[in-house]
Amino acid sequence: MPRRNLKAAFVVGAIAMLAAAAQADDRYGIGRPATPAEIAGWNIDIGRDGSNLPPGSGSVERGRTVFAEQCAACHGDNGQGGVGDRLVGGQGTLASPKPIRTVGSYWPYASTLFDYIRRAMPQNAPQSLSNEDVYAVSAYILSLNGVVPANAVLDAKSLAAVKMPNREGFVSDPRPDVHNH
Amino acid sequence: MAGVAGSPALAEQGNNLPPNVPEWMKAPGDPMGSQPYGTPSVHEKGVVKNISKTLPQYISASGRTPLQELDGIITPNGLFYERHHGGVPTIDPAEHRLMLHGMVDRPLVFTMEDIRRFPSQSRIHFLECSGNPVYTKPYGKTASDLVGLLSCAEWTGVPLKTVLDEAGLQPGAKWIVAEGADAAALTRSIPIEKCLDDAMLVYSQNGERLRPQQGYPLRLLLPGFEGNMNVKWLRRLKVTAEPAYSREETSKYTDPMPDGTSREFTFYMEAKSIITRPSGGQKLTTHGFHEITGIAWSGHGKIKSVEISFDEGKSWQQAELQEPVLTRALTRFRLPWHWDGTPAVIQSRAIDETGYTQPTLAELVKVRGLNSFYHNNAIWPWRIDANGEVTNAQA
Repeated sequence: MPRRNLKAAFVVGAIAMLAAAAQADDRYGIGRPATPAEIAGWNIDIGRDGSNLPPGSGSVERGRTVFAEQCAACHGDNGQGGVGDRLVGGQGTLASPKPIRTVGSYWPYASTLFDYIRRAMPQNAPQSLSNEDVYAVSAYILSLNGVVPANAVLDAKSLAAVKMPNREGFVSDPRPDVHNH
Repeated sequence: MAGVAGSPALAEQGNNLPPNVPEWMKAPGDPMGSQPYGTPSVHEKGVVKNISKTLPQYISASGRTPLQELDGIITPNGLFYERHHGGVPTIDPAEHRLMLHGMVDRPLVFTMEDIRRFPSQSRIHFLECSGNPVYTKPYGKTASDLVGLLSCAEWTGVPLKTVLDEAGLQPGAKWIVAEGADAAALTRSIPIEKCLDDAMLVYSQNGERLRPQQGYPLRLLLPGFEGNMNVKWLRRLKVTAEPAYSREETSKYTDPMPDGTSREFTFYMEAKSIITRPSGGQKLTTHGFHEITGIAWSGHGKIKSVEISFDEGKSWQQAELQEPVLTRALTRFRLPWHWDGTPAVIQSRAIDETGYTQPTLAELVKVRGLNSFYHNNAIWPWRIDANGEVTNAQA
């Protein structure tokens, strides 16, 4: 390396160190490190690729029982809806004047179903179901929609592999799309 | 100018009216301390949040600000609109923590005391629910029914960027997943550009600590972005390379189009306005002078002008804007008007600093159809009949 470039490299390195020092000085030293155990306890969001799904599994069969006990009161015995959202049916209706948006017809990712049930359902006792039962209820709702077979058992790998019917149904925001004339 | 001053003298009758001395002058009033936290006059008890009595359930629900009863641009904290997805949690601030982790050099945990140690800022911004109002009938009768999922406050907190710098963003950080400490653990993904721009972690509203309904003790504020993204009861920020694709950004808060596709990540609330006086449900009791007033706002910045039409939108007159005109805040407008007693249709349209003009409902529906719930920023005309009754001209 020619001497001139070496010198330049030193200067760049020195500036980087100074910048790092300045950045350290800019910090306020407020807050404390989060421990791995603390993060593990709260880090519950699941990626659309299934990343962060927990160990365990659940069957459609088990899901039918859990659904009857925990979900049917609001979502209907067969997921047809009630006080809670309709969960089943509606495929092929999105472009009609009366679209029916359900897990089966609308939701783009099956992993979101696990994420949402675990964090927010049942509404009267969120985060009370075991991971196994969340897998099972997810499997049951997907089977009601014909997305997985009635004998399916879902775990992190198989749930992540589910392709939802409306996976390609979303577009980015084109606004401003309406103009006053 | 026609009016009382020009009318022949005709005394009103009443014990508290002139020439009598009113009863409230004849004895001392309530002593100091009778109301340690002040509330409105008993004569204003009808000015409350507009909450439907026929909702299927009240845990995931919304309540509206009575816009037509308010003046200025600041919404009183007790009348600020509400939307929650798992009820309003009762959080002990001593046991509330904000965790910041993911693609950062130093994952951190903050107490509320920690958050309040950071350099603070106060800014005035509106918040608006994305579904305000829906596109389909029945349309609301009052300004509150139509666009009452809208409020404006002075917010105090710390710029999110300051807190992110404390943890150190790693290369490739593109989104931040924000999560609430409510029973819905409501989750939305925020683009990093917004987080580094004007996003704030907020702990106070109009000078006092946040109300529980507004996220006590800590919420995210994303000026100009749809309300639900301004995550309340904020407990966690996870820096990521891509969005979470949470339920609230896939199954909800996406905008269905007539062709069956849906728009996702539709963050901004576009320019909008509404006349709040005279407005639906009110009545003009006299001919002659009436001030037309209302509010305008835009998620894209400042309001440049507001125009008012009296002829079904054929011609438009410039309204006066009340200072201050602030970025992503409500702006109050006014126009003097003489009502001669003939039926009239009045409507306002906002133009923001980007040059964007608020569209009509017909123009919106032509592009977006009727399957969408969200981001309806249509002009809402009011009809005034010969008796002075004001109703929704599109209902």
